[in-house]
Amino acid sequence: MTAKLSASDLTLFRGERCLFKNLDFALNPGELLLLEGQNGSGKTSLMRALAGLLEFESGEILWNGKSVREHRQEFHGTLVWTAHRTGLKSDLTLVENLEFESRLRLRSRAEFDDVLERLGIKRLKRLPVRSLSAGQQRRVALARMLLSDATLWLMDEPVTNLDRDGRKLVMDLVSEHLGRGGMCIMAAHQDIDVKGTVQRVML
Amino acid sequence: MSEQHESPGLLAALMAVARRDLLLAWKRPGDVLNPLFFFAMVATLFPLAVGPSNEQLEFSGPGVLWAAALLAMLLSLNSLFISDYEDGSLDQMLVSPVALPVIALGKSLAHWMTSGLPLVLVSPVVAVTFRMPPEVMGYMMVTLLLGTISLSLLGSIGAALTVGLHRGTALLSLLVLPMAMPVLIFGARTVSLVASGDGVAGGLYFLAAYAVLIISIAPFATAAALRISNE
Repeated sequence: MTAKLSASDLTLFRGERCLFKNLDFALNPGELLLLEGQNGSGKTSLMRALAGLLEFESGEILWNGKSVREHRQEFHGTLVWTAHRTGLKSDLTLVENLEFESRLRLRSRAEFDDVLERLGIKRLKRLPVRSLSAGQQRRVALARMLLSDATLWLMDEPVTNLDRDGRKLVMDLVSEHLGRGGMCIMAAHQDIDVKGTVQRVML
Repeated sequence: MSEQHESPGLLAALMAVARRDLLLAWKRPGDVLNPLFFFAMVATLFPLAVGPSNEQLEFSGPGVLWAAALLAMLLSLNSLFISDYEDGSLDQMLVSPVALPVIALGKSLAHWMTSGLPLVLVSPVVAVTFRMPPEVMGYMMVTLLLGTISLSLLGSIGAALTVGLHRGTALLSLLVLPMAMPVLIFGARTVSLVASGDGVAGGLYFLAAYAVLIISIAPFATAAALRISNE
């Protein structure tokens, strides 16, 4: 049986430096892939390359057995990415940001207000993102994931800047997502405590 | 969780991008007003420097207005993708299921509405200082309308190519100016011809054809450039 998402023989260079060579992994619904490694080991670069923002030197990624390179838009329709930079416009309010995001993606059935309530940012709705703390902005980025209908969550250091409650919330959200048959690829330094099958890749 | 991989409608996505950029421009009016002030200043200082002779002003008016408009458009292009690049929202747009040329076209549409369109609307006021007759002003506005559309879209290619570079301003001008030359030449010349009472249909047709050509090419070129610059 082929996996839902499989990567074979991935090699990535940044400039002259080889970040990793011949990396293989396979991921199925309900599974979490944890990328581990020191600072600068290439976790973010791998994440960017998976999202199609960087070109791999060699190797191929298949989604449902189809090459991601050739079916880029289709693949993008199934993933949502929480990057180190939140990608929110600081002059727009929280709601304006999320409304824009959700027009570019397919919406999940989750209600706007329920998601904001769950993330503890509902009362900040009408404030410009500029005036939110780093942790609060991180929560807005998480709202983007919950509001999208994506199967695959790419999360780069999702718990940075979050307090203890926030970290637990991220773990709960990921566990639920995996429970629904979702998939997640996460780069993290901290301990990750998620219910579900966890694979680890050391970079 | 749905397994069908549709993406949102193209027009909806185009409007969403344009709407967001217009909203941002509304919240930071300085970015819109700066090029406009620049245009108004260049064009009003010129008559003061040249002197009040009617003949001279009428002769140089179209050229000066058009050159000032072109420079003002260039000035506004720098910021087209920079802030999206810096705060990561360009990354988010690149990984969205919407086709990238549609996003590029949406951004150009908003850029034109906040740079080209205001220039067209302000130009009659400035043209008065060159003693331009009202019937010539109408033609000038039409040439500017067609010309700024081309300039916005041409500029988006240059802005996309230089977005990853620090201080890409000079390079951006070098990239855009050669392709913008036909617009400047035909735009200014057409207005001069109207002023001297000659036929102008040819110039207007050229500007319109150039705009159509650029509209159909630029979004794809910009999309390709964004993918390269954002590596």
